[in-house]
Amino acid sequence: MSRGSGTEFTSSDLTPELARVRDEIQGYARGYGLDCFEVIFEMVDAEQINSLAALGGFPVRYPHWRFGMDYDQLSKGYTWGLQKIYEMVINTDPSYAYLMKANSMVDQKTVMAHVYGHVDFFKNNIWFSKTNRKMLDTMANHAVRIRDYMDRYGQDTVENFIDRCLALEDLIDPFLPFVGTKSKDPKEEGDGAATGARGRLKTDRQYMDKYINPPEFLEEQKRKAEDQARKARRYPSEPMKDVLAFLLENAPLEDWEYDVLSIVRDEAYYFAPQWQTKIMNEGWASYWHSKIMTQKALKDSEVIDFADAHAGTLAMAPGRINPYKVGIELFRDIEDRWNRGRFGKEWDECDNMVERDRWDRKLGLGRQKIFEVRRVCNDVTFIDEYLTEEFVERFQLYTYGFNRRTNQYEIQDRDFKKVKEKLLFQISNRGQPMMYVTDGNYHNKGELLLWHRHQGIDLDGRWTRETMTALSEIWRRPVNVETEVDGQKKIYSFVDGEFTEKVL
Amino acid sequence: MLYNIKRDHARFRNIVKGKIKENLKKYVTHGEMIGRKGKEQVTIPIPQIEIPRFRFGDKDSGGVGQGDGEPGDPLGQGEPQPGEGEAGNQAGDHQLEVDLTLQELAEILGEQLELPKIEPRGHKTLKSKVDKYTSISHQGPNSLRHFKRTFRETLRRQISSGVYNPEKPVIVPIRSDMRYRSWKSDVRHENNAVIIYMMDVSGSMGDEQKEIVRTEAFWIDTWLRSQYKGIETRYIIHDATAREVDEETFFKTRESGGTLISSAYKLCQKIIETDYPPSEWNIYPFHFSDGDNWSGEDTKLCLELLEKQLLHETNVFCYGQVESRYGSGQFYKDLKEHFGEKHDSVILSKVENKEGILQSIKDFLGKGK
Repeated sequence: MSRGSGTEFTSSDLTPELARVRDEIQGYARGYGLDCFEVIFEMVDAEQINSLAALGGFPVRYPHWRFGMDYDQLSKGYTWGLQKIYEMVINTDPSYAYLMKANSMVDQKTVMAHVYGHVDFFKNNIWFSKTNRKMLDTMANHAVRIRDYMDRYGQDTVENFIDRCLALEDLIDPFLPFVGTKSKDPKEEGDGAATGARGRLKTDRQYMDKYINPPEFLEEQKRKAEDQARKARRYPSEPMKDVLAFLLENAPLEDWEYDVLSIVRDEAYYFAPQWQTKIMNEGWASYWHSKIMTQKALKDSEVIDFADAHAGTLAMAPGRINPYKVGIELFRDIEDRWNRGRFGKEWDECDNMVERDRWDRKLGLGRQKIFEVRRVCNDVTFIDEYLTEEFVERFQLYTYGFNRRTNQYEIQDRDFKKVKEKLLFQISNRGQPMMYVTDGNYHNKGELLLWHRHQGIDLDGRWTRETMTALSEIWRRPVNVETEVDGQKKIYSFVDGEFTEKVL
Repeated sequence: MLYNIKRDHARFRNIVKGKIKENLKKYVTHGEMIGRKGKEQVTIPIPQIEIPRFRFGDKDSGGVGQGDGEPGDPLGQGEPQPGEGEAGNQAGDHQLEVDLTLQELAEILGEQLELPKIEPRGHKTLKSKVDKYTSISHQGPNSLRHFKRTFRETLRRQISSGVYNPEKPVIVPIRSDMRYRSWKSDVRHENNAVIIYMMDVSGSMGDEQKEIVRTEAFWIDTWLRSQYKGIETRYIIHDATAREVDEETFFKTRESGGTLISSAYKLCQKIIETDYPPSEWNIYPFHFSDGDNWSGEDTKLCLELLEKQLLHETNVFCYGQVESRYGSGQFYKDLKEHFGEKHDSVILSKVENKEGILQSIKDFLGKGK
């Protein structure tokens, strides 16, 4: 029966009523000082939102089975009533957001308010400042290129190569865009000339020489020079976290392979700030949908439905932290603390509980503070800076771990320091091992050496081997991984289809 | 957009089924979600393919959670899943797998064995009248009012007469705007089909043999169901005498004693006569036995029954011989001798063990009859 735009991605206009609601919500958002890109809302049905979500929000991506896998899970979850996607918005300028056709008006309002929160965050948070805001076109362009390669070299060949690239997708350096191109330190280079042979400082007065260049100093200079020479022989000279970039520069890739790998890398960099700021981003959006709805947009008849949906979004399950919940509560906590002046040296040093409890300097700096936080922080600095002992206690946070004796996950600790440490570990580098390229000519035989910066948790053996296989298929030479297992330094090697491990 | 994801989805399903990209097979994991269907709890398998990555050992990392409890307390339900994705997998009472529909199973079977589509026998005498709501009329009961059409008519009229105000889009239908769903009667010629399963349950048929028959019957059923609408099944067991039973008894009974195959064929004949006039039905008798008949005399009688009557009335007569330690397998030889290897409407198949089931199904259904 239904006709029209079911199968295409069309820019469907909002109904007059929804358009009015959008203008209204947008007005409130502006009134609160949110600063957004223009937002284009698309009306979609469940089927469409599931497909879009599987594709990371983008209507066009290159063909790959993993999108089908995500779709499989999303649509099953939806069919069986286990999950439902409420909102989705993409970080582009203008931003695109999706509204479910079947949602009630109060849901639509909430989603819109939430979306404006996200878009303000995209636009103003510094970690998003380097992202490609025309990603919609770029993604479509990637799709065209990869389809073209598939036509030319066969779908299986190209897809298999993508599979390998995806195994290494996380091996990028999200901070790289902020470092800029590393200019060689001229001082370091000129150093040699200025200090003359073997680091000896020049002096015109011979008799001063042994004071200016004492033997210890010369010894140290010598060691430094050797160190530097050794470093120079090594390539890359410093451990390099952007493994994908290293591969692009140095792996023997066909032209199309080079392009595919660079596409995977570009997309990984595009998505990186979203997982770097998951807690903040969701917290910020939830903070604003809650504020806008409860103070402005909500009609009396909608209160129950709103409360129900809002509570659902913020619910915590045991053993999992809900970024929406932690994020919104932390923003509220910050706002409250800066409103009442609960920060700074005086506050930190006050250990009179009664006084602390009554503490209120009536500064009213809360709103200003949270806008500042949303501009400069990412999840790691957000938690590191603003998670307080009171907060951990109030929200009953704990650390858990797996107990091999009882074969189950157990609560381990409620100590503030431990909770914070664990939480930071969980969110830094996306909770994944830190891997660096340290040598592209290992054994002087063109082998690749990666180094795992060990932070107390060992790598999973099986997955390390599988990933090394994928890596070796790109590097086309033996690959090695330096890591620690049970406190013992080890090197895994994958040479001609065989794994060996060596204790260092 | 949807086309795109459907293709990716199909590709994913094919990888999971092991049809393409064998190299990914080892990364397939079988997560599941717990859903609810009415009162029953159902397990919804969520196969996933894990892309390898450098990662920490699952049990080593732990994390941060929120809620009540003392250190040392187990986390309980909804266990943490390191990494993202699947929901927990606590056991429920009534679990039901809902991964593949029977239709999908039949498709896979058809593809795997390259089964041809079945050509129904030429007569489509069974007529049924179906009313289909495919048209629209100006009159009708309110219960059949077609909202969308009515709305459209009204909108059209209001716009053309200039009454419509986009600022205040109020639509007021009048009598002549009303549209109703209306039906057309369709005469449909249907192909009906019945499967009559016969099984030898004499002492020599052991549990393993029955398991084979059961598995084979399931697949045959699935395939034929995908080919015919509203298929019927009947079950006959026999030793020295035959009787009709329900499905459960069919697979579970273990009798002992002699074997008179003709008894089953006679009963089958009788069922066809009373319930399934061959002019209206596609009839598929399947007979499974270990090939031991009581006497040569009875075998002769069987052959006669087949030739004179059953073969004229059925699409194809299938005989599956399940190897057993005790059976002589003589009946297969007799049939083969009599009808030859390639008789048009008799299909013979030997099933040596479980691995032989697929081949046997192919034997039976591969002719497209």
